Amino acid sequence: MKTGGSPEAATEHFRLPTEMRAAIIAHAVREAPRECCGIIAGRHGLPMRLYETRNVAVGNRFYEIDPAQLIDLEFRELPEQETEIVAIYHSHPESPAYPSATDVELAFWPDAVFLICSLADRDRPEIRGFRIRDGAIDEVALAL
Amino acid sequence: MQNDTGITVLIPTPLRRFTDGNAKVTVVGSSVAEVLNALESTHPGIGERLRDDSGQLRRFVNVFVNGQNVRDGDGVDTRLSAGDEVGIIPAMAGGTSV
Repeated sequence: MKTGGSPEAATEHFRLPTEMRAAIIAHAVREAPRECCGIIAGRHGLPMRLYETRNVAVGNRFYEIDPAQLIDLEFRELPEQETEIVAIYHSHPESPAYPSATDVELAFWPDAVFLICSLADRDRPEIRGFRIRDGAIDEVALAL
Repeated sequence: MQNDTGITVLIPTPLRRFTDGNAKVTVVGSSVAEVLNALESTHPGIGERLRDDSGQLRRFVNVFVNGQNVRDGDGVDTRLSAGDEVGIIPAMAGGTSV
């Protein structure tokens, strides 16, 4: 059962290529029971390259992208590639693919699409996309 | 006049609305705290995103000087020299509902 708004109600779309979808799921499975995290860089909102990042948070219920890795991506790697962060992904190993209260509270990058990969049903991993701005959650429909 | 030479501050995407879209800002200061003060005076509103009422860095903001996280050293009291580069990066973080 899905929580929150349905993708059909989304007014925005984000293209998530099949190989990136597979890469996120593989990363989530590999990291479980910890949460995985990473970013997708691109141009004009279109994804071009996925970067897996280190989760430096303690425990299995949180993620925090290694700030040293993030600062290198934001100020060196991505400018060199003439790309920018278009999406941030993380996994929910045991809960639905919907932003938690903590995800909303700590959403400091409003220009990025938030992708959440749920492994609650291990046989059917689910990825959903959201905009989180000023505490409001809006579903972003994911297209191939 | 090296003492007055500016410090380059790298501004992350979410805070560039305070800097007219600029990714780099040059200010003068001899410590991280002074640089953040100077940044606030030239770009009002950015300071409260970075520090709490006591002047300490917010939990989910990291500042790097020449690639070193100031949390691992003297925090906002970290001394700066001409030509140093200060990078500001908000956390990308979250968690599963408890």
